[in-house]
Amino acid sequence: MDNKEEATFQFYSSQNLIFLTGRKAKNLEELLSGIKEVEEMSIYYHSHHYLDQREFLSPEPPNDFFYWITHDLQNKVLGEVVASIDLRQMHSLKEIQSRIVEVIERSLMQNVEASLTNVSPGEEFLFMSVRTFVYPTKYTAASLSEFRYCLRSVPINSIYFHIFGTRFNKSLSSMSEWLSTSLNEVELAQKIEKIDPYTITLENLRDALIRIVEKRLMEKNNA
Amino acid sequence: MPKILEYEKYVGRDVINELEFYAGKLTDVKIQNINSTSVGGGVAEILARMIPLLRELGINAYWDVIKGGEKFFEITKKMHNALHGQQVTYSDEEISIYLQTNESNAREMQLSGDIMFIHDPQPCALVKYRQHDEQKWIWRGHVDFSNPEMFTWNFLKEFIEQYNISVFSAPSFAHRLSIPQVLISPSIDPLSEKNIDLPQETIDSVLERFNIDKNRPLVTQISRFDYLKDPIGVVKVFKLVRKYIDCQLVLAGGGATDDPEGAKVLAEVQDVAANDPDIFLLLLPPASDIEINALQRASNVILQKSLREGFGLTVAEALWKSKPVIAGAVGGIPLQVTHKYSGLLTYTIEGTAFALKQLLQNPSYAKKLGENGHEHIRKNFLITRHLRDYMLLFLSLLHKTENVVFL
Repeated sequence: MDNKEEATFQFYSSQNLIFLTGRKAKNLEELLSGIKEVEEMSIYYHSHHYLDQREFLSPEPPNDFFYWITHDLQNKVLGEVVASIDLRQMHSLKEIQSRIVEVIERSLMQNVEASLTNVSPGEEFLFMSVRTFVYPTKYTAASLSEFRYCLRSVPINSIYFHIFGTRFNKSLSSMSEWLSTSLNEVELAQKIEKIDPYTITLENLRDALIRIVEKRLMEKNNA
Repeated sequence: MPKILEYEKYVGRDVINELEFYAGKLTDVKIQNINSTSVGGGVAEILARMIPLLRELGINAYWDVIKGGEKFFEITKKMHNALHGQQVTYSDEEISIYLQTNESNAREMQLSGDIMFIHDPQPCALVKYRQHDEQKWIWRGHVDFSNPEMFTWNFLKEFIEQYNISVFSAPSFAHRLSIPQVLISPSIDPLSEKNIDLPQETIDSVLERFNIDKNRPLVTQISRFDYLKDPIGVVKVFKLVRKYIDCQLVLAGGGATDDPEGAKVLAEVQDVAANDPDIFLLLLPPASDIEINALQRASNVILQKSLREGFGLTVAEALWKSKPVIAGAVGGIPLQVTHKYSGLLTYTIEGTAFALKQLLQNPSYAKKLGENGHEHIRKNFLITRHLRDYMLLFLSLLHKTENVVFL
C-alpha cells in the first residue's frame, strides 16, 4: 500500500460506505456535544463527503456543519466562520474536530441565546460516519510522463483518494511524497502540496495537477 | 434482463471494472436474500433486477420468498402502516401468528447463506433461527422509519438488534441501535422502461393519446392520488401560475382504483380542477411505464410536492431525464435535490408557484438545474451505485474493524 519508497506509483481508488449513528442535534449546543463525542471518521465524513458525492457542486459547501448552521439554524455569521476554516492547514481529523469545536464554543460565549434556538422537527443535524474501501486501479507510473498519462486516465475517485483520502492517514500513499522521494521532484511535489483542493472541483483539480506536471515536463525537455 | 456491460454507456468502464473487482472478492460467499413477495412492490422490483446482475458478476446471490397466510399479511400490512406513523394495536393472537409464520418459514426454508440478507419487517424474526455464529445477518428496512409507532418499532427492534448490521434508505430513518446502521439509498435503472431513452415519435404519440398540446409548456407530477403527495396543492399551484403563464398540468398515477382513499382523493382533486381543459388527471393502469417515461420527457418542469415521502424515486427519474424539478424537502428528496443546484426545494403552495414561474420563465436556469440533477443521479442513484453499495456492505462484514479497508 505504501508508495513512498516504491519506484512505481500505484494509483488507488476508494469508495465509502456510509454509516448512520442515529444521533441528532436540534440546536447548536447539541451539535457541539455531538462534534466532541463522535468518532473521527464522522468528522471526516461531514467535512469531506460533499467533495466526493457532489463533486460538480464544489467549491460549494465542503462541510455539512456549515450548511446546517447557515441554512437550518439560520446563523449565517457562524456558518461563514465554520465554512472558512482552512482545512488545508489541518493535519489530522482531531485538529479539524478541535477547530470546529473552538469556533462554535467561541460563538456560544458571545451569544448564549444562540444555543437555545431549535430547528423544526425534521431539520435536525444527523450525525453519520464512513468506512473507506481502497482498491488498486490498473494505472501505475514509473516516470513523470507516465504519471501525467495516469492523471489524465484514472477514475476521478482516484484523484479524490490520493488528495483527500491520504491526507489524514500517513501510512497511505501521497502523490507528492512519491514524486519527491522516488523521482527526486522536490519542487514539483511542493507545487502540488500548495494547491488548495477544498476550493476546486475534482475535475478542475485533475486539470491543475496535469498542468503542473506538464509544465515540469516541458522544463525538463527544454533543459 | 440487461447485462452489466450495457450500463457502461451511462457510468463508464471504470465503474464496471470497479464492480467486477469487488465481485471478485465475494465469489466464495453465498448471499441469500429473503423477502415476502416475488412480484409487485419496489423491493421485488429491485431484487428482480439486482440478483441477475450480481450473479452475472460471479456472486452466488439468490432470492427466496417467505410464505404466509392472509392473516399474516394483514398483520404485516398493519406493521407497515405503523412504521409510517399510524397508531395501531395488535392482539396476542396477531403477535403469535407473526412469530409462528416466521418460525414455520425458518423450518421449511434452508437458511444456509453465508450472508443472510433479509428485507423489510415480514421476515425480520427469521434471525432467531441463525444457523451458526459465523453466519452474517443483514436486515434492510425499505420504508420510512422516521416517525414509527413505538410499539411496532420496539417489537421489531428486538429482532433487528440480533442482526449483524442494518440498512436504511435515508439518514432521517436511523434510530439509536446497538448494531451498525448503513445508509444505502434506492436506485433507478436507466435500462428499465420507465427510464430508457424514447424516440420523439413515442413521446408525441403518448401526448396525442391524452390530448395534451405538445406546443405549450407542460408541468407534471407523477404520483398516486394520495393526500401525502398533495395533488390538491399541485392544482392550486398550477392555478396561481396560470394567471401569468400559459401552461398545462398533468397529474398522473396508478393504483387509485384499488384504493378507497385514492378514489376519494381523486374526487377531491377533480373538484378543485373543476373541468379545467388544461388540467389532465390521468389514472394509469399498471404497466404504464412507457407512458410515465414519455410524460416526464415531454414536461418542461416536474413537480413532486410531497408532504411525506419514503424516498421519492420519481424525483430521480425526472432528474435522470435532465428535467428541472421542484419538490418538497421530505424523506429522501433532499438527498436527490440540492436547492438551487439540482432543483428547487419548496414548503408551501405559494413557494412552489413562485418557483414554477421562475423555471417556466427562465429556461436556461431550468436547463442548468436539470443538467446538474442528471449528473447527480448518474453518480449517486443508478442501479450500479446500488450494486456497489451492496457489495461494500457484504465486504464490510468480512473486514469487520478497520475504518479504512484495503482490498
